[in-house]
Amino acid sequence: MFARSILFSIKDGSCRRNKFMVIHRCRQPSSPVISLMETALSTLHFIHTKNNSSRDRWRNHPKPNSHSKLLVWAARDTSGTLSPFHFSRRENGDDDVSVKILYCGVCHSDLHTLKNDWGFTTYPVVPGHEIVGVVTKVGINVKKFRVGDNVGVGVIVESCQTCENCNQDLEQYCPKLVFTYNSPYKGTRTHGGYSDFVVVHQRYVVQFPDNLPLDAGAPLLCAGITVYSPMKYYGMTEPGKHLGVAGLGGLGHVAIKFGKAFGLKVTVISTSPNKETEAIDKLGADSFLVSKDPEKMKAAMGTMDYIIDTISAAHSLMPLLGLLKLNGKLVTVGLPSKPLELSVFPLVAGRKLIGGSNFGGLKETQEMLDFCGKHNITADIELIRMDEINTAMERLHKADVKYRFVIDVANSLSSL
Amino acid sequence: MVITSTTYSCYITCGFWFLPFHQYPFTFSAIEMASKPETEHPKQAFGWAARDTSGVLSPFKFSRRETGEKDVAFKVLFCGICHSDLHMAKNEWGSTTYPVVPGHEVAGEVTEVGSKVKNIKVGDRVGVGCMVGSCHSCQSCGEDLENYCSKMIQTYSSKNVDGTITYGGYSDTMVVDEHFIVRIPDALSLDAAAPLLCAGITVYSPMKHFGFDKPGLHIGVVGLGGLGHMAVKFAKAFGVKVTVVSTSPNKKKEAIERLGADSFVVSREQDQMKAVMGTFDGIIDTVSALHPLMPLLGLLKNNGKLVMVGAPEKPLEFPVFSLIVGRKTIGGSMIGGMKETQEMIDFAAKHGVKPDIEVVPVDYVNTAMERLVKADVKYRFVIDIGNTMKASS
Repeated sequence: MFARSILFSIKDGSCRRNKFMVIHRCRQPSSPVISLMETALSTLHFIHTKNNSSRDRWRNHPKPNSHSKLLVWAARDTSGTLSPFHFSRRENGDDDVSVKILYCGVCHSDLHTLKNDWGFTTYPVVPGHEIVGVVTKVGINVKKFRVGDNVGVGVIVESCQTCENCNQDLEQYCPKLVFTYNSPYKGTRTHGGYSDFVVVHQRYVVQFPDNLPLDAGAPLLCAGITVYSPMKYYGMTEPGKHLGVAGLGGLGHVAIKFGKAFGLKVTVISTSPNKETEAIDKLGADSFLVSKDPEKMKAAMGTMDYIIDTISAAHSLMPLLGLLKLNGKLVTVGLPSKPLELSVFPLVAGRKLIGGSNFGGLKETQEMLDFCGKHNITADIELIRMDEINTAMERLHKADVKYRFVIDVANSLSSL
Repeated sequence: MVITSTTYSCYITCGFWFLPFHQYPFTFSAIEMASKPETEHPKQAFGWAARDTSGVLSPFKFSRRETGEKDVAFKVLFCGICHSDLHMAKNEWGSTTYPVVPGHEVAGEVTEVGSKVKNIKVGDRVGVGCMVGSCHSCQSCGEDLENYCSKMIQTYSSKNVDGTITYGGYSDTMVVDEHFIVRIPDALSLDAAAPLLCAGITVYSPMKHFGFDKPGLHIGVVGLGGLGHMAVKFAKAFGVKVTVVSTSPNKKKEAIERLGADSFVVSREQDQMKAVMGTFDGIIDTVSALHPLMPLLGLLKNNGKLVMVGAPEKPLEFPVFSLIVGRKTIGGSMIGGMKETQEMIDFAAKHGVKPDIEVVPVDYVNTAMERLVKADVKYRFVIDIGNTMKASS
């Protein structure tokens, strides 16, 4: 009876308090001695798990790997308004890692997806692909991770693992990749990190550096890798070279930090003059260029070796191309919802190049996190509760955040 | 915004080859120019020039400078007709100074060399391409990339250091600084060598720079005209697999049987395009008319490169997604530096890479221009200057 009651409590995913009640409700004490033992064990269990630190508070939440309805926040239509929603995750398989989500960054892609800006959202959708949490269970084939490890999950949770891209650790270019959210997956769809836990194949989980704060590190899982990968691939890492960072938001501010860590001279290119002080004093940029100031733009023409363009709104590429030196590279990582206009002439006249890049592979994501751990790089964030997410999305739409919202999932999701 | 509006308008008005970076203004007094051509220099010269936007060419007397200590003077024997000549004759780029003597695919024989000319002697077979001057002190010049020098002087309709306007190869003689002279190996006939000096280098340079010359790669060539057919030939000489992408199905047979392309895709046929999606390592796009980029980007493998050597006048629609989801790049390239041009000519001579040409007498030039408008040429007209341009005509 005792064993059955314990099993029942584990399976139903109820909180610790309920489990305690279930144990005592369900069981029929066979003798006073056993009853006493059970009480003692339960008490010991309670003492063992009692801990008020934020990292351990997860222990009070339901264990994963159940078929019960989990609480998430989802959008149901193109209004993009998020609200509580229930669904279930798969059981933890032999190659899987179950992660109790502690924090989840709010990426601009989440906003685009919520509102179906790109035209391929299937509702209900649960966004969130900047996930940091702690491992609660590992499958028997998992060697890299142990229960209690701090880990991250980024933009993808599955790929074919057999194509040329996957074999080159470029899972982000696998034609069969599965995104962390809004992707078809084995008859259902994936749901992201605006939820309290996730089950992911070990290949798509990364170790989180011990020395980095979990909340400020969450945005690295998308924003970080999205700028790190092209900076490495396009060779924007040569000390002394001049990097322009167009757009000062979630991606842009991390690009500045990476640029400085690579030893580059960094100029921020922005429409907002009021961001200059912060860009230089706080983020470490060397200079700031207001793109709406024609005199300043003209003076800067032909001075940059490379530019990372993080702007996702519609904008003209011509002024940015003009800032590049001969053979200069403009790498675009922002995702405007409509095509931009390209004047070929500046490319031809200066042998310049425009490249694209799509977040990064898992090996590279781990490399990026390790680099961040070594150089103490995290995002500048504003921590919010889950029930503040809709307001956060409105502010994100107006670029009113410095520079990434991060949802304190562990402390705010299940209490709602 | 100043940069967007005026700089862009400069790009349009100054045209593809004629950049707004020059230090010298483009405006001149019409009266001043009208009295200058025959007398501004000591040596009499004769050519064919367009005098207005009709673009019609006719005999024109002008003059060339004395052969300076670094100069090479040569008798022009052949000159290719580049599409740029047509644009400039009609002032389609808004930068033409009339009268204009076009021609920047010039081949001939040396008649005189200056005292400081080291590597060229009288009787040598030489060529001149799109440039006749540069600053020699900027970083581009220092890297043998005179084509990207902000003070580069074009072979025609460009202001020279002495303030006069340059005249091109539709003429009987030229005087050019040795630095901008290319030696033509004996293995190449001069009529075949001429188009290499613009069409050839314009595709050779980016194919080398962007790594399209590695054997085994699959390269696409968009557009099958003067540039496109040269790209096919160079690509085969590099040992790459070549697919021509064209709007004209009737070019297929020739592309494969005569030019040596491995395959041919009609860009308007969805099924054909779909069948080759994601199979190209690189694409050279020689088309200067407006055309969509997205289908071409779709043909590239991941990490593939689309290189533009034609420059449409108006902006093209640019699908950012297509670049991002495959880490693809779009680049551009403009002719080539002098060192590279010599390398290209030597490569062409060694590997037998020659353009397909139609040699015409100079008095056919207006008809040739009309046919060029309709792309009715396989694949480059070359004017037989030596035999047909007479001062008395």
